[in-house]
Amino acid sequence: MQSYLPLLIYLALVAFVAVVLSLAGGFLGPKKPEEHKYQAYESGYPTAPLMGRFPVKFYMVAMLFVIFDVEAASFYPWALQLRQLRVFGLWEMVAFLAVLAVGYAYVWKKGGFSWK
Amino acid sequence: MSPIVASIIKGTVALLWVVLNALFLVWFERKVAAWIQNRMGPMRVGRWGWAQTIADGIKCLMKEDIIPLAADKPLFVIAPMVSVASAVLIWIVIPFGPGKSGVFSDLPIGIIFIAAVTSLSVVAVFMSGWGSNNKYALFGAMRGAAQMISYEVALVMSILGVVMLAGSLSLQDIITRQTEAGILGWYLFRQPIAFIIYVIAALAELNRAPFDLMEAESELVSGYHTEYSGLRWLLFMLAEYGHMLAWSAIAASLFMGGWTGPGLGALAGRIPAFDLFNYGIWPYLTGFFWFAFKTYLFIFLAMWLRWTLPRVRIDQLMDLGWKFLLPVSLVNIAATAVLANVWGWYAK
Repeated sequence: MQSYLPLLIYLALVAFVAVVLSLAGGFLGPKKPEEHKYQAYESGYPTAPLMGRFPVKFYMVAMLFVIFDVEAASFYPWALQLRQLRVFGLWEMVAFLAVLAVGYAYVWKKGGFSWK
Repeated sequence: MSPIVASIIKGTVALLWVVLNALFLVWFERKVAAWIQNRMGPMRVGRWGWAQTIADGIKCLMKEDIIPLAADKPLFVIAPMVSVASAVLIWIVIPFGPGKSGVFSDLPIGIIFIAAVTSLSVVAVFMSGWGSNNKYALFGAMRGAAQMISYEVALVMSILGVVMLAGSLSLQDIITRQTEAGILGWYLFRQPIAFIIYVIAALAELNRAPFDLMEAESELVSGYHTEYSGLRWLLFMLAEYGHMLAWSAIAASLFMGGWTGPGLGALAGRIPAFDLFNYGIWPYLTGFFWFAFKTYLFIFLAMWLRWTLPRVRIDQLMDLGWKFLLPVSLVNIAATAVLANVWGWYAK
C-alpha cells in the first residue's frame, strides 16, 4: 500500500498547481468586459448554439474502442504469466484470438471500420 | 524525512521537469521547423531567440481571462487542469536512473498506470470541446476523441509485446531486462514491429502532424482549444509538450534501454582512477544523460515527421488504425508468444 500513497500526494500537488495557475489568470490580466468578447468564436459573427445531433459513426468508434480495449486489458495478465503457462498459455491465446478474429472479421464485413 | 515530504519534493521536481522541458521544447520545435523550412526561426529575444518562449509565457500570463458566455463553465475551467495533470502524473513511473532512487515511484503496475493516465488526455480534450460550446471546438474534440481512442488500442497492443518478453509491468524491470543481452537485447531489435506500431500510434495519440486532425487549422480554426486564451491556453500547450516528452521517454524506456548506457566507469579497467565514476552520484548522472539523450532522439523524430509530412484524411486515419495497426499488432502478439515458447526468448 505504501507505494501508492505518493500517487495521491502527486495528484493533490498537480491539482493545486493547476488551480492556482488557472486562478492567476484572473488576477494578473486586465479586466475590460465587453459584450463581444464573450461570444463564441465565429469570426465576429453572432452564432447560434450548437445543434444537438452528431454523426453516429463517432458512437460506433466509441463502442469498438470499449470492446477492443477491454480485450487488450484481458491480454495483460496472460502476457505477464506467459513464462509460467508455457505451451498451455500458447493454446489459450490461440483460442482467445480465434474468438476475437471472428468478431473482428464480422465488424469489418459490416463496415464498422469504414469511415464514410 | 517522512514519506509525505519526500513525495511533495519529488512531485515538485516532476512538475518542474515538465515545465522546463516544455519551455525548451517550444523553442526547439520552432527552431527545427525553421531549419527544415530553410529560415531562421525566433531570433530576437535573447541569443538565437532562446528566451522567446519565456517572453511568450509571460505575455500569456498577462492576458485577460475570458470565458465565453455560452460555455459550460465548470467543464471549460477543469479541462486544461485535467490535461496538465495527465501530462505530469505519467512521470511518476518513468525511471531516470538506476534502482529505486532513479524513479519517483516505481509502481509494480507501471504500464497499466501509464495507459490509464494518458487516457485522461482524451477526457480533457472532450471536456474542453464540449464545454466551449463552439462548433469548431466540438468538431475538433469529436475527431480528437475518435482518433485517440482508436489508436490507443493499437498502442496498448504494441506495448503488450514488450510486456510479454519482459514479464513485468514495472518500467525499471523492463529496462534492466533489456540490458541483460547487451544492445541487441533492446526491444527495438526484439520487437521491431511493436516499435513501429508504437511510434505511429504515439504520434496519433499526441495529435501531432501527420495526425493533427483535431486542430486542423485550415478547417477548424484551432480545434478543441479554439475558445481558450491566456493562461488556460498555456496550460494546454504545457500539457501537449509534456505528453510529447512523456511518450518519447516511454519509447526510450520500453524499446531502447532507457537510462542504461556506457559511463566513464566502464573504463575503470584501463584507467583505475575512473573507478570513482561507478559510485555515488555518478551512475545517476550517466543514467540521466542517456535517458535524456534517447528521449530527445524520439522528440526530434516527432518534430521531423511533423514538419515534413502532410496531414492525413480522417478516413485514411481510421483505416490505418483499425484495419492495419490493430491486426498487425495482434499478429505480432501471436508471433511473439510462439517465438518466445520455441526459442525461449524470455529465458535471456
